[in-house]
Amino acid sequence: MSRTRPNFLAGFGSLVWLLVVGLPLYVMLVATFQSRPDYAANGPLALPGRFTLDNYLDVLDSGFAQYFLNTLVVTVCVVGIVLLLVPPLAYTIVRSRGRATGTVFRLFLLGLAIPSQAVIVPMFFVISEAGLYDSLIGVILPTAAFAMPVSTLILSGVMRDITPDLYEAMTVDGASPRRVFFQLVLPLSRSGLSTIVVFSALQAWNGFLFPLVLTQSAETKVITLGLYEFQTEHGVDTPGLLAAVVLSMLPILLVYLFARRSLVQGLMGVGGK
Amino acid sequence: MTRTATPAGPARPGFLWAVPAAVFFGLFAVVPLVMVAVLSFAHWDGLSGPEFAGLDNWRTLLDDPVMLKSLWLSVLLTALGVLVQTPLSILLGVWAAGHQRNRAVLSAVYFVPMLLSIAAVSVLWRAVLDPNLGVPAHAAWLFGDGNLFGSQATAIGVLVFVSTWQFTPLHTLIYQGAARAIPQVLYQAAQIDGAGTVRQFFHITLPQLRNALITSVILMVVGGLTTFDTVLILTQGGPGSDTTISAFYMYQKAFKSFDYGAASAVALLLVLVSTVISLVVVRLSGYDKMRSTMEGL
Repeated sequence: MSRTRPNFLAGFGSLVWLLVVGLPLYVMLVATFQSRPDYAANGPLALPGRFTLDNYLDVLDSGFAQYFLNTLVVTVCVVGIVLLLVPPLAYTIVRSRGRATGTVFRLFLLGLAIPSQAVIVPMFFVISEAGLYDSLIGVILPTAAFAMPVSTLILSGVMRDITPDLYEAMTVDGASPRRVFFQLVLPLSRSGLSTIVVFSALQAWNGFLFPLVLTQSAETKVITLGLYEFQTEHGVDTPGLLAAVVLSMLPILLVYLFARRSLVQGLMGVGGK
Repeated sequence: MTRTATPAGPARPGFLWAVPAAVFFGLFAVVPLVMVAVLSFAHWDGLSGPEFAGLDNWRTLLDDPVMLKSLWLSVLLTALGVLVQTPLSILLGVWAAGHQRNRAVLSAVYFVPMLLSIAAVSVLWRAVLDPNLGVPAHAAWLFGDGNLFGSQATAIGVLVFVSTWQFTPLHTLIYQGAARAIPQVLYQAAQIDGAGTVRQFFHITLPQLRNALITSVILMVVGGLTTFDTVLILTQGGPGSDTTISAFYMYQKAFKSFDYGAASAVALLLVLVSTVISLVVVRLSGYDKMRSTMEGL
């Protein structure tokens, strides 16, 4: 906007919101570096006291290393499934003229409106009947399915931007749909592909309800469940609890540092036209 | 049946390309949804097979005061969420749409809460607001007795606040994208006509954000009505059943009382209510507009 006059009111508001967002994150970080007695005595608003890393070490010892690994496995597999299934689907949605394709697309649009909470009861039985209860695969499959609608929308949006003359140039050479897909569509959708990777990874890493209902043992516990359990069992160990929270956030924040653009742009598209 | 390769047109993929994704999604999303509908008409404790029960579950639910209260609470929480988050995210989104460098830096911080899991955010706030060890214990002048989880009004306040903290960034981003797409010509014309910043905001920016508003409100409605993790971790539905919203009640029915039929009925009811509200929002704002928004995705 070609506005020259600085807008003080907006500037003030933006700083207030920065405090609202930043203060709890700061309080959390400071608490994790304090010993339990120090925290209990000084409270969350005190200035940083004696520095200790014990909380982090304790948390890693109490099983979080395993939960971390489980979450990583779930995330990688979910991203893999989404990357395998969604690009061909989006390609068909954008390029095929069959009526069946339209129906499938509407099905996935409907999927956007199905919250995982609504299907959790039957999911519990589907997974149990399949003998997958309390296994990581049992968490991976439904999580991947619920990551698909958004990924499909994002990717088909990107693929739609490939201009028709590019397709025509390729088919003049007699290229099959397969060659068009691998040599034209995939290379030109790289931005969309990285967006859906970030999205589905985020969904898998942060997933809570499916693991809550579909797993129970420590061997299959993911990190969000670990946090919940830690809170109910050692609720008074605030520094330890918050250290666990920080550990669970670290990988996401790292990804955010490097992939902010694909994430932000993917989401921004939702509101544009 | 498959109409591939129209004469002289480029080679197009057949329906077969979509089959793996459609089968996978059907198996793990559509089939369970159909099962929910079927189960809502059955008695099932998970041990012996489900038995057809007609409208039993539905009748019980409509006579259940906790259920009716939970529906009211779901709608209340959703409405409060929409009312608080919408103005906030419109203002932040329009502000962040500017291309100034400091805005870009601040926006990068603003978006952090949206990346974190609901579980992590809820655990964080539960610790920060803990009556004995958290901020309220050390700021009695502001929080009184400090137990924010002890009364219905403050517990609801906490839930609305934490959801706002976590989800405002997502909606800000939606509005930011939409605000960037507004043609600059409109603002230039308004400036020539002598319209100030405030008038430009109300007469150009807001009307142009209509599609974003629809998308954002629908997301808030569906998300709000199915809020579960936040309630489980922050309030456990309490005090008493004062924050037991429907999605949480469904979880209790299924996995605490093992009444899977009744739980399915609650789930189906939630899907129906959120679909109806979404449709009303779409209708009120013009169905065709919605379609063009969807296609733009």
